[in-house]
Amino acid sequence: MMSLHDDRWKPRLLECEIPASNPKSLQISKPKKVNLRPHFLLLKFAFLPGFKYPVAKTGLPLWMLGLDADRLRADLNRLLAFLFHQGILDEQYLQLQQLQDESSPNFVSEVVNIYFHESEKLLRNLRSLLMDREFSDYDKMGIHLNQFIGSSSSIGAKRVRNVCVAFRAASDQNNRAGCLRALELLEHEYCILKNKLHELFQIEQQRLLAAGVRYPMLN
Amino acid sequence: MSGNGASSSSLNMISGEDVVNNNLSALVVDDSPLLRLLHDIHLKKYGLKVQVAENGKVAVDLFHLGASFDLVLMDKEMPVMNGVEATKELRAMGVTSMIVGVTSKDGPGEQQAFMEAGLDYCFEKPLTPEIISFLLEELNKHNNKN
Repeated sequence: MMSLHDDRWKPRLLECEIPASNPKSLQISKPKKVNLRPHFLLLKFAFLPGFKYPVAKTGLPLWMLGLDADRLRADLNRLLAFLFHQGILDEQYLQLQQLQDESSPNFVSEVVNIYFHESEKLLRNLRSLLMDREFSDYDKMGIHLNQFIGSSSSIGAKRVRNVCVAFRAASDQNNRAGCLRALELLEHEYCILKNKLHELFQIEQQRLLAAGVRYPMLN
Repeated sequence: MSGNGASSSSLNMISGEDVVNNNLSALVVDDSPLLRLLHDIHLKKYGLKVQVAENGKVAVDLFHLGASFDLVLMDKEMPVMNGVEATKELRAMGVTSMIVGVTSKDGPGEQQAFMEAGLDYCFEKPLTPEIISFLLEELNKHNNKN
């Protein structure tokens, strides 16, 4: 049984370039060892005339189907539990999932992609403001941070939102050093969130694909 | 924070399915595409007809052109015309729609200024299903009286 305290669950410090996809992070759990004994037992009879080995259209034995989808669902639930446990996401993310249905099947990923797009623009704006040696427009910074707080709250990005609130407090005090520290922390937290959400969506995609072979046509 | 004496403790938490909203319309005024999409989908789930505007001026122009909405969700910080100015202008035009302010975590003084512009209620983002249910319940009561 995988533990939430397993090292693989710890957030990784990522460099500035935020990858569009993160395929290397797909391996959440070791593949389950499948008991092939029944398969080999059945093979004994495969040479008997008239024997029809129960296979799916994919060629996989029927009893093997669905194992991947179940494993992936377990991985998905573990990752979600981890994200909630670490405070990276909160219950607002669940509200988002509840809005997804057959009429808007990609709603969550659509919203999250808009969030990524908006957030990266805001992060660029914040960094550009702070890198200006003659920067003094803390009101403008406050406006960007309010937007970031609002959008982060709306998708349940709890840790990112909390860092934005602290950042805004530093901005309200015209504390440039505090703002710089907060910006670095914000970029770090945002990287973690983005990578974890990418993992979540990739597992979900794999699960849907795997579940799609659960009910194949028999030969 | 809310107006007309409604506080979070007195929110009448009902299921959205209990409220039929086929004839209600809403305008979502927010400069964030994400918040516009979220509130749009949320309100449509409750059966409302929804339009969106990206700032206060677009919202005011819609009313000038003769549009009317039962509910207006008004963001506070927006470019061109912010929520405070837009709310004042709508009330000055004689608009009687329910206008609900939606803010990020603001200080009490800032929310008070927003309320005084003419809001009926003001809530922090994001609007939860419970808050939306409450608003629709209030809207239905108000429409039934009329």
